[in-house]
Amino acid sequence: MNHWIIAPVVLPALLAPLIGFVMRHDVPLARTASVAGTLALMAIAVGLFVMSMGDPQVYYLGDWPAPFGIVLVLDRLSALMVLLTTVLAFIVLIHAIATGWDARGWHFHALFQFQLMGIIGAFLTGDIFNLFVFFEILLIASYGLMIHSGGRERMRAGLQYVVINLAGSTLFLFALGVLYASTGTLNMADLAVRMQEVPEGEAALVRVAAMLLMIVFALKAALFPIQFWLPGTYANAPAPVAALFAIMTKVGAYSILRIHTLIFGPGIEATHGLPGTWLFPAAIVTIAIGALGVLGARRLMPLIAFSVLGSMGTLMVAISAFTPVATTAALYYLVHSTFSAAALFLMADLVITRRQSDWLSARPATVQNGLFAALFFAAAIAMAGMPPLSGFLGKLLVLDALRDPGIIGWAWSAVLIGSLVTIVGFARAGSLLFWKSTSIAVDLPPAPDTGEDAPAPSAAEIAARRPVGVAEVAPTMAALAVLGAITIFAGPLTSFLDGTTAQLFDREGYVTSVLKLETEG
Amino acid sequence: MTVVDNTLIIIALLPFIGALVPGIMIRAGRNASAFFTAVPTALALTMLLLHAPAVLSGEVITAEIEWLPQLGLTAAFFLDGLGLMFAAMILGVGLLITLYARFYLSGDDPMGQFYTYLLLFQGAMLGIVLSDNILLLLIFWELTSLSSFLLIGYWKHLPEGRQGARMALAVTGAGGLAMIGGMLILGNIVGSYNLSDILASGEAIRASEWYLPALILILLGAFTKSAQFPFHFWLPHAMAAPTPVSAYLHSATMVKAGVFLMARMWPALAGTDAWFYIVTGVGLITMILGALIALFKDDLKALLAYSTVSHLGLLTMLLGFGTPIAAVAAVFHILNHLTFKAALFMTAGIIDHEAHTRDIKRLGGLRKLMPVTFIIGTFAALSMAGIPLFNGFLSKEMMLEEAAHTDWAGNPYAVPILATIGALLSVAYSFRFIVHVFFGPVRDNYPSKPHDPPFGMWAAPALLVLAVVLIGLMPHLAEPVVRAAAGAVTGGVLPEFHLKIWHGVTPALYMSGVAVLGGAILLTLHAPLDRLWLRTPRPEAKVIFDRLMAAAVGLSRRITEITHDGSMSRYLAIFVAATTVMGYVAWSGSGLPLPSRELLPIPPLVFVGWICILLATVSVALMHRQRFRALVVIGVIGLTISVGFVYLSAPDLALTQISVETVTIMLLLLALHFLPKTTPIESSVPRRIRDGVIALAAGGGVAALSYTFLLRDMPSISEYHLANSYKGGGGTNVVNVILVDFRGYDTYGEIIVLGIAGLIIFALMEALLNGPAARKLRNADYSQDRSRDRHPLMMVIATRVMMPVAIMVGVYIFLRGHNQPGGGFVAGLVISIALLMQYMASGFAWTLRRQQIEYHSMIGSGVVIAGLTGAGAWLGGKPFLTSGFDYFHIPPIEEFELATAMLFDLGVFLAVLGAVMLMLYSLSRIARYAGETVNIEPMDYDPSKQVVMDEKEK
Repeated sequence: MNHWIIAPVVLPALLAPLIGFVMRHDVPLARTASVAGTLALMAIAVGLFVMSMGDPQVYYLGDWPAPFGIVLVLDRLSALMVLLTTVLAFIVLIHAIATGWDARGWHFHALFQFQLMGIIGAFLTGDIFNLFVFFEILLIASYGLMIHSGGRERMRAGLQYVVINLAGSTLFLFALGVLYASTGTLNMADLAVRMQEVPEGEAALVRVAAMLLMIVFALKAALFPIQFWLPGTYANAPAPVAALFAIMTKVGAYSILRIHTLIFGPGIEATHGLPGTWLFPAAIVTIAIGALGVLGARRLMPLIAFSVLGSMGTLMVAISAFTPVATTAALYYLVHSTFSAAALFLMADLVITRRQSDWLSARPATVQNGLFAALFFAAAIAMAGMPPLSGFLGKLLVLDALRDPGIIGWAWSAVLIGSLVTIVGFARAGSLLFWKSTSIAVDLPPAPDTGEDAPAPSAAEIAARRPVGVAEVAPTMAALAVLGAITIFAGPLTSFLDGTTAQLFDREGYVTSVLKLETEG
Repeated sequence: MTVVDNTLIIIALLPFIGALVPGIMIRAGRNASAFFTAVPTALALTMLLLHAPAVLSGEVITAEIEWLPQLGLTAAFFLDGLGLMFAAMILGVGLLITLYARFYLSGDDPMGQFYTYLLLFQGAMLGIVLSDNILLLLIFWELTSLSSFLLIGYWKHLPEGRQGARMALAVTGAGGLAMIGGMLILGNIVGSYNLSDILASGEAIRASEWYLPALILILLGAFTKSAQFPFHFWLPHAMAAPTPVSAYLHSATMVKAGVFLMARMWPALAGTDAWFYIVTGVGLITMILGALIALFKDDLKALLAYSTVSHLGLLTMLLGFGTPIAAVAAVFHILNHLTFKAALFMTAGIIDHEAHTRDIKRLGGLRKLMPVTFIIGTFAALSMAGIPLFNGFLSKEMMLEEAAHTDWAGNPYAVPILATIGALLSVAYSFRFIVHVFFGPVRDNYPSKPHDPPFGMWAAPALLVLAVVLIGLMPHLAEPVVRAAAGAVTGGVLPEFHLKIWHGVTPALYMSGVAVLGGAILLTLHAPLDRLWLRTPRPEAKVIFDRLMAAAVGLSRRITEITHDGSMSRYLAIFVAATTVMGYVAWSGSGLPLPSRELLPIPPLVFVGWICILLATVSVALMHRQRFRALVVIGVIGLTISVGFVYLSAPDLALTQISVETVTIMLLLLALHFLPKTTPIESSVPRRIRDGVIALAAGGGVAALSYTFLLRDMPSISEYHLANSYKGGGGTNVVNVILVDFRGYDTYGEIIVLGIAGLIIFALMEALLNGPAARKLRNADYSQDRSRDRHPLMMVIATRVMMPVAIMVGVYIFLRGHNQPGGGFVAGLVISIALLMQYMASGFAWTLRRQQIEYHSMIGSGVVIAGLTGAGAWLGGKPFLTSGFDYFHIPPIEEFELATAMLFDLGVFLAVLGAVMLMLYSLSRIARYAGETVNIEPMDYDPSKQVVMDEKEK
């Protein structure tokens, strides 16, 4: 058995307590450990990515045979998601360290590692109750990160975040109860087998379970009408945390994709047509809400948060088709959306520190206005889906994949009009932040030699006047560079994703690997 | 005939590759920056012209690289006659603009940035005309919108620039997005996104039911880009850009992209009624409207902008006619318009630069002050008016000739008359440009004394005017280019034609004559007409646009802020309601298997318990505002449930439930001390009723589900667990074996959740106690709540006695866990209850001093021990968390079992204990802030000490 599969879960799980409970008084030590751990995670993720090219690999925890114990399943999709997570995590971590966010409260690095453990565990598990456990881990860790360094607004938003998501967890538990009561198993592959045997006329319970699970995951993916928590959370979270959260919504999207292709997926009579019909309109409305939020935003962080919401809508529109072509498009868009959201939040952090406000109002231009303007421009066109960055290709892939006559009108109008409104909203914000600011006279700081009367500038003011260093801006640029790379190598990436999708839709292959049907026989 | 030549890709990419260089080279000076802008342009132009002979002889040069084959997107380029003409125009004028801008921009303007944007735009524009793949074309199309956004907003401190840029982006961006839809439909019809394939499938496209939507969407893109009515309004506002940008983007190249696209798609889309009426109609309206507005514009650049709108309308109309000869006229006019209009913009820029005004009413008489500019401007304007011997005349004659042969819905006069009116207005504003700017008396109140600019600045327009005159006199020079380009537009078949000055006496000549005469008369009447124009109310596009925009922003803001106002109760209500509805919908889509279990009779005892829980639940809802009481009742519910577990023979669950219940209620009570004791009423009665209905519906749903599956048997994996617990897990307590072995990984995850919770509580407390909350705590008055005997003797003594017993019980529960009810989780809770009681009895500080282990490290070591236990299995080559167990016999103890699972359970135990204690520690810290004193003695009143003191007193 390939023990590397569990390594990305165990490594942060062992490292985090050490950072949190042993190194908590020494920031440089915690930083070093955290960076080293994340780098190691990334290396493991690359290794797993390479290993995932064949059939799904299964890790039987406790050496119990499936479906009786818990299994981890490494297939192409989970390896991709793990790799995505670790790359994003590394970028975000460097930003947090370079900007000093990690030292503005307690336990950043420990929570960060736990957070990674939760996300990666959720991607790797092949057991639906275990998925619940990892949802708990990533939820509680994200709550800790969300309220990192405190503040009134942040605590309030954090409370909302955790309460709504705990309600989601409760629903998850209900859904699992219903599922277990109607199928008697928790292993996803086994569920897939049992689901095929449910007669069409006796499927009420499993249909409820499927629907409840979809709602649980849609809550994570911030889909209408349960998207309300996202803007407040992302807008009030520390910016690097918001950037890391770009992968958290994807956990919801991933779960929907996984559960509804494997268990309730196409060809299952019991839940026939159930998920797609509901996801599609919800995703359309989500796009609209995101676009309106971008256009109407008064502050930069909510603007970005709403643009993330809109991109989740686009992603879910593609996923809701549950066809291989659309899924490939969705996966490409997923990678793109993750890094463009991260780039925007990281960029916003640099700007907000220097503007000392995230209100979209006219204020004097900051230092390095041109640099920030360029970063914003690049990240915004990526998010809004303008060429030349991957957002445009992703959008084209999604549109191209959604050709079913029943949905083409709605899907295309929503995606295209949504992009337009987003573009206008970003242009408004950018022109206000970076152009209009140049027409405002800078009230110069008092000359240093005015004597002792002059009040000493506060720490925030000093930070505001300081130009960014390489380490601070490098993570933003790295996120943009990833976008550039997936644009240029869109062809190879998409053909890889085609393979991923094919594996995802190959239910028999997954079931055979997990339950070892052939080897035993 | 197609030739593959990969240098085409280099041509297309050169501007992008070179784009960053001027931005960097500006450090070496403005000349260096300009020079390094010209290098890639000139190089690309040279390489392009090397291909010219082959292309003019009818060859098509192609090159392609795979990009995204799954989508049908390839980086495919091709160069035919049309592409060659446009590419040469883009690069040639690009060179001239580079030169002109070097002198036009002032020292304060960031010139490096300008040239970088310019090259980006040039690359995008070049990409449009060379693309052989419509998706690639879309990419370049949107890139022109973006780069022009940057160029229009180049003077970012000017509000006009910013607003113009945003307006242009909104309008052309919208068109671009519509075009994406159109192009995708087109690709859908044809089955390929390759332009060559699409152009070859005109028949199929026009026959398709999707033709009309595709046509409309694509035309939306073209019309917005080429500023056709009713989207024309953005172009004049884009004139806030520096004049080189106006000359380049807004007259010569970008606005022609729409016309180019219509020409390019001509073989695929043209020739239907829909095409004719939409394109011709829009073109006609735009031509006349643009010309009319131009006549009354006083700003030189606005006049030129509207004249550009008008000429773009003329081109659109020509393409709408759908005849090959009209296509020839269009292509020829594109070329001619480029030469004279770019020259005119540069002239306007020179005048603005020298006289510091572009207001025609403040100019006049420049003929004597700026002779060179006068000649350039006049020649170009005459060409614009369509005066013979200049190139504008030739193409305008062809246009009028075509118009004369065109029927509009059976009416042969409408189009020719309207075309003549358009030409007439065009003559009028062209003459006005000449007469009102250059003629008339020299004034003495120019904002700045004008004189001719340096050679570098007038060289570019002079070169263009040279072309104007050359083509005007010797039209056959342009014929090969026009023939090749028009051939490409129509798909190869061209009627016999020759470009010449004299066509004999034709209807077009009469129309032309009417236009020139009428135009001249109109100009003499300009002053009264102008007053009339100014009095007439007109819709001001910018005002409308701004209002629409503000309304859209306001509406979005309202929608967003009303729906996302942070009302948690509403978010939850929506969540629960949506879940209930969707759950019901899912449920009603299918039926159920028949029940396989009989309803059992209800024993009286169970009934009482059931009633007890019901009553308690209802009373929690009723008195939830009295927080203390509500907590107590919640405790009652929890305990009743554990009794239920006992009744149902689930001792493990009962044990866990009791201990969890005890710990949480104790902690909650401690926390309540610092919180308001009542919950205020914050919502109206209807809202509470609404929430009550939602809650009841959801609760009813859950009850229905439970009832349903309690009546049905289902084979489950738990049978395997029962069978293998002892054999494979070494324990007879299946629940514990499931927790630490079968599903030990879940437990591992859950203790990590506990550990994280501990971390968060600590971090949260730090943040809170360093913030305003700490002040609030300090200032609050808790004296009324405080007992005089906080640490009563009875309790201190009782808990001391209990302590070893409780610990013993904890250890016992821990050890027997694997085989009997118990385990690390319960043991951790039991011991923490024992410790908790010490704290309550004697105060935190007193107890803490007697405790050697830090809670932080207790949680940490718990998590690490559990993890390492799991990882230990690797040493045996087994997967994570594989347990091992064996039986030992050490006399005099009886045979006993040791399992690695116990070590794992130890980790669980430590994490639970540590987490509970850390919570307690945090609460006590709050208490300290709230003024709680540190007690040194274990109890407030100690009778033994009292005795000693009494003795002393004696």
